[in-house]
Amino acid sequence: MAVAVTDRIEKNVLLRAPLARVWRALTDAREFGRWFGVEFDGPFVAGAPLRGVIAPTQADAEVAKMQQPYTGKPFDITVERIEPQRLFSFRWHPYAVEPGVDYSKEPTTLVEFTLVEQANGVLLTVTESGFDTIPLERRAKAFSANEGGWALQMTLIEKHLARSA
Amino acid sequence: MPARHSAGAKAGIEESASIFFALGDETRLGLVSRLCDGGPSSIAKLTESFDMTRQAITKHLRVMEDAGLVRRSQQGRESQWRLEPRRLAEARRHLEAISAQWDGALMRLKKFVEH
Repeated sequence: MAVAVTDRIEKNVLLRAPLARVWRALTDAREFGRWFGVEFDGPFVAGAPLRGVIAPTQADAEVAKMQQPYTGKPFDITVERIEPQRLFSFRWHPYAVEPGVDYSKEPTTLVEFTLVEQANGVLLTVTESGFDTIPLERRAKAFSANEGGWALQMTLIEKHLARSA
Repeated sequence: MPARHSAGAKAGIEESASIFFALGDETRLGLVSRLCDGGPSSIAKLTESFDMTRQAITKHLRVMEDAGLVRRSQQGRESQWRLEPRRLAEARRHLEAISAQWDGALMRLKKFVEH
């Protein structure tokens, strides 16, 4: 349905690692930063805002190279819920692309990670929702501004997948 | 996902903005779904399924027509409205781009916890 399509993204991935390991990688702010490519000022605390800056990922050299030019750019989130080994969620401004603009009063999208332990690992689901509340002008701007960057990233992902297959 | 934070080319802004304006309304999204599932339709039929006046529905269709999301053709005495799938695909592509960013991030997480 077209209605759902514009408001929400949902992804699943099976991680072949113990639940405790996955939980730590998601909710220890320093570990999160290492794979995601961000450096936070402190730990994740439910309900609390947290400042961060882009810092190249340590999980992939190619992506790190691509993130390099953005090092130090602000990356702020507000943690929503932390339910041990089950759910972690935060809000952010998904299209905060323009330098010098104060985004703090604008609507955010909600990013939610849920974990389900399985016999062969952990099924992780990530959803990002609330796109329909983002100001239209911002969406359009961010989308067109980012098209080049996304295309590049997609190529990198494909390369990465081909290599690790 | 640093690409989200990058500034870049501004080309096509107005064009994308009109799509998102057209889709940023419950009735218009409903009309998209209806035309998507039910195929081309007349104003009379659309009015029936939406519990709104013919004028209100027409106004929404015009907004979508300006954004290039729908197109009308004359069939006898009545106009038939149909979806312009290419434009809708464009709007979807934007969301897919963010979706691809998540694919990349999750792939890195996988590498991170499995090694």
